[in-house]
Amino acid sequence: MSSLAQKKGFGAVIWDYLTTVDHKKIAILYLISGGFFFLVGGLEAMMIRIQLMKAGNDFLSAGLYNEIITMHGTTMIFLAAMPLLLAFMNAVMPLQIGARDVAFPFLNSLGFWLFFFGGIFLNLSWFMGGAPDAGWTNYASLALASEGHGIDFYSLGLTISGFGTLIAGINFLVTIINMRAPGMTYMRMPLFTWTTFVASALILLAFPPLTIGLFFMVFDRLFGANFFVVEMGGNTIIWEHLFWIFGHPEVYILVLPAFGIFSEIFAIFSRKRLFGYTALVFATILIGFYGFMVWAHHMFTVGLGPTANAVFALATMIIAVPTGIKIFSWLLTIWGGSISFTVPMVYAVAFIPSFVAGGVTGVMQAMAPLDYQLHDSYFIVAHFHYVIVGGVVLAILAGTHLYWPKMFGTMLSEKLGMITFWFFFIGFHLTFFIQHFLGLLGMPRRVYTFGADQGWDLFNMISSVGALFMAIGVLVMLVNVVLTTVKNVRVGNDPWGDGRTLEWAIPSPPPFYNFAQTPLVRGLDTYWIEKMEGNKEGMVYAEPLGDVHMPNGSIIPLIMSFGMFVAAFGALYFLDDSKPWALAVLIIGLGITFGSMLVRSLKDDLGFHITKEELIEDAKRGGNTDGLK
Amino acid sequence: MMKGLTNWRLFALLTALLVFLSGCGREEISTLIPAGKVAQDQFNLLILSTIVMTFVIIVVSVIFVLAIVKFRRSKLGDDMIPEQVEGSAKLEFIWTAVPIVLLLILAVPTVYSTFDLADVTAMDAETEEGEKENLTVNVTAKLYWWEFEYPEQGVVTAQELVVPTDERVYFNLISADIKHSFWIPSVGGKLDVNPENVNKFYLEFDQESSELEDGVFYGKCAELCGPSHALMDFKVKSVDREEFDQWIAAMQEEPEPAAEALAQEGEETFANSCIGCHAVSGTAPAGMQGPNLTTFGDRNRVAGFLEHNEENLKNWIENPQEYKPGNLMPDGKTNNGGEPFSEQELDALAAYLMSLSVEE
Amino acid sequence: MDLNKRYTAQSWPDHPETATLEGKNKFVGFWLLLAAETVTFASLFATYLALKDRGPEGSEFTAAGLFELPLVFAMTMILLTSSLTSVYAMHHMKNHNFKAMQAWLGITVLLGLTFLGLEIYEFNHYVHLGFGYTTSAFSSAFFTLVGTHGAHVLFGLSWFIALMIRNSKRGLNMYNAPKFYLAALYWHFIDVVWVFIFTVVYLMGVIG
Repeated sequence: MSSLAQKKGFGAVIWDYLTTVDHKKIAILYLISGGFFFLVGGLEAMMIRIQLMKAGNDFLSAGLYNEIITMHGTTMIFLAAMPLLLAFMNAVMPLQIGARDVAFPFLNSLGFWLFFFGGIFLNLSWFMGGAPDAGWTNYASLALASEGHGIDFYSLGLTISGFGTLIAGINFLVTIINMRAPGMTYMRMPLFTWTTFVASALILLAFPPLTIGLFFMVFDRLFGANFFVVEMGGNTIIWEHLFWIFGHPEVYILVLPAFGIFSEIFAIFSRKRLFGYTALVFATILIGFYGFMVWAHHMFTVGLGPTANAVFALATMIIAVPTGIKIFSWLLTIWGGSISFTVPMVYAVAFIPSFVAGGVTGVMQAMAPLDYQLHDSYFIVAHFHYVIVGGVVLAILAGTHLYWPKMFGTMLSEKLGMITFWFFFIGFHLTFFIQHFLGLLGMPRRVYTFGADQGWDLFNMISSVGALFMAIGVLVMLVNVVLTTVKNVRVGNDPWGDGRTLEWAIPSPPPFYNFAQTPLVRGLDTYWIEKMEGNKEGMVYAEPLGDVHMPNGSIIPLIMSFGMFVAAFGALYFLDDSKPWALAVLIIGLGITFGSMLVRSLKDDLGFHITKEELIEDAKRGGNTDGLK
Repeated sequence: MMKGLTNWRLFALLTALLVFLSGCGREEISTLIPAGKVAQDQFNLLILSTIVMTFVIIVVSVIFVLAIVKFRRSKLGDDMIPEQVEGSAKLEFIWTAVPIVLLLILAVPTVYSTFDLADVTAMDAETEEGEKENLTVNVTAKLYWWEFEYPEQGVVTAQELVVPTDERVYFNLISADIKHSFWIPSVGGKLDVNPENVNKFYLEFDQESSELEDGVFYGKCAELCGPSHALMDFKVKSVDREEFDQWIAAMQEEPEPAAEALAQEGEETFANSCIGCHAVSGTAPAGMQGPNLTTFGDRNRVAGFLEHNEENLKNWIENPQEYKPGNLMPDGKTNNGGEPFSEQELDALAAYLMSLSVEE
Repeated sequence: MDLNKRYTAQSWPDHPETATLEGKNKFVGFWLLLAAETVTFASLFATYLALKDRGPEGSEFTAAGLFELPLVFAMTMILLTSSLTSVYAMHHMKNHNFKAMQAWLGITVLLGLTFLGLEIYEFNHYVHLGFGYTTSAFSSAFFTLVGTHGAHVLFGLSWFIALMIRNSKRGLNMYNAPKFYLAALYWHFIDVVWVFIFTVVYLMGVIG
């Protein structure tokens, strides 16, 4: 089997991506689909801000507004932020630990396709009778009362994409545990790998409760179960617990990888080793650990009683300590460094004050009695947007600029990047800072309109103007991507010049086998060490050049996910008398999924080998073949 | 709030400052202009945490600005390779310990206040004659309106809560359908109104609502409950104890028939079309389909949010869905047995409803 | 990996399930999956306990009135025994004794099928008493918890059967040894969950 790269037709490229198990290509799939959903969610956000621009606006109807806020939240969290972070994890983490691929390349692909079909299914609700309208938290009593199939699209869609995320989490954990290159001890792992590791552990333990909650919701609405039906003895608070046992760790699933990206950026663009690396690692682990003990701070007003509220208030406050450690470690990393203000670094620098602002309002809301005022007001809307946009979205934008050359071999324009940054950053603060005060002035969240007589008009107007700025920033970013792709100026191994970790020691983009020879890691920031010692190759090797074993591509993950997608339609219309075919569709869908699972299990798939000669030949041509056959 | 920790004069000063700085919104609804003990306690916590957090922000900002000004590569030259510092046990200890101390400062009043605000033991306290010492109000949330029952007094009203000032008022909250949340921002934080259990808490009203520009405090539903969640408003009238007792007495009386001719006509229409869901007596049982209208003429809004005039009232009766989508009131045509109300009938209904009053 | 390489009992490694990198990955990954499964069942148990005996006004069904221990005890014994027989099977797998492994797996499957049959009988019995899936919150929680376990049993049995048939001709190799091992591990997990169900749902239901 040859790995020679040849120019192939468009159809061959598409087929390659549909069947790929290469982590770098799956990263690109995640980036494109996550980016697409980010635009969809952003469009929804703009519609929200247009509606709330002035008192008594009638741009959107009440029902449609509720659908849009629900889909905005759900899309941004599940279909944009998480996949975009998974894109960077896939693109970079295996390179950082010196691995040729992830532990389960097949499952990696399956995870992506499950996410993809789940997201498509959820968004099809717009065209098939209405989107979910009970908020992204989907509280049970309202969700059960909701008419139409919107909520069912939500539960089934998130179940499918949730399986995908869980699979990705397990895959990354095993990859980091088993596939590190010789010498890459845990305490030499780059911080982005560490945060991927902890975030994956959180995914592993947080997604099952969500899945169970969603199952209950599906069974209640579609199969006549009574988990949340109060008249039948059910209890809607169970949903709130299950949702937040997932929901709070989810915040850290998002923000820890963001911390990881910023940690890389601070070190690279200050030309300095991370200050207090050990403390940063342990702070990451602690945040992940505490993340599971604080879910009820989302439920202070539910009436759990003062003891529960006090305990969860204290537990929540404790999280401020490891987070503070991180902030100060980053500050001391740039302190005494040589700071180069590239676009990624500008995002990272802007992240610090933005995120600190989101963090301190978090502590304020941890004070249960104060939260009785702030909860479900615009204050909380401001708070979580400071955390999610100020932390996660800034990290995604920074990561896009930082890793674009490694993923695509070209550099995004710094000039356009700066324009995006300023529009986005100013717009972000304009939109959300003022919302703290809207909340304090008594404005509840999730209101489709507000009366002119309550003193909220001006602040809402300002907030809407800010949203427009953010939208302009994102559009400039799109132009940047298109222009960069068209110009197609190729870059070398270490385009930023100050790379410290293994991914910068290999070509951009790397060959599909990543490393012709497995590297030997000699310390933290191993590429930096080699560079400082004058090693031209940037690596020392743990093995002689020899045959490399690679996995085969497969179309089965796509088919398996498609089966779930089909089955979901069957479940959706199960109780619908006018659709007697629903049961058949359900069975066919599950048949496709389990059938392809059986095929996968019974058919031997041993992969193939790239011979030593082919590796040498490839190295002569620049060593960055994409393996397209 | 704990004594000792609270320097009231300082707080008053800061309050004034904050009012000045942010234009604190309307006193009918702003949490920044507390009008009762509960809101005041919560406001004090807000101020305390804001002070602590401002300190944190200042420290971070100073280090941050110094760092990005002093250590720019454009200043240091392209070839400079900084020293690769691993860390500093001393510094790391400081930034672990100091936040812990700051959190302790916040934790103590938090825990105290959490228990204090949840203390409803006095709810069932009785005097020697076996009467309840404190006023209790049963609040029932329904799609998209609020019912207020005064169980000891045998009085029911809706949409406008009437309470005495300067005493603790206890609340039992339950939902008749789906989850809502009961929030009077300027008087105290919210508590969820669940369908499966009664939630209890108390509030205190220190200010008479007649002093406010609009004459009432604004109450809100704070939990998404469907299309008209944004419109599920209620109003609060706080009056002194004497006036409150008068109000209760007036509510307990049998309502008098309408006096004017037009209103009498309206009363007849009402008896044919509306009485099935709406009571017009303060002593009617709680739990009717629609809001109790005994005090309708005294109210501040139609349907909780529309300006209180006959025009809005007539529009509302004719087509409630247009104003509050998803609410459960049938339109005028349905209520009138298939025929839309005539203009004359609407005028009469409006005149009748506006005449319903228990206030002098 | 060369599928044609023939092993003998002597050349067969002590721990064939982790002798290759693929095997090691599967081993670690599967344990992690079981961690996720544990959280899944924990959520189901918590929900069951919250909704135990809850029903509409006047609902007559309670755990104490409904469950009878003898049948469930028999089911428990059968499943525990099947766990033991799968241990024997793995013992022979490690000794590269393919025929004995297949035989013990066959017994495991038979015991599992018996368990599943008894569970279906039990459910059927409840439904005949009027205690169906949609009767009350309690019934939904009960059937979902125990039924999810039952679905796991079904999946485990299908897995065993598929592996046994697929490999019946070619015997053990380094490629399928981890697969057998993981199927057996899964079976133990199912067994442990059942012990909890027996204790929490049935024993505690009848006694307290």
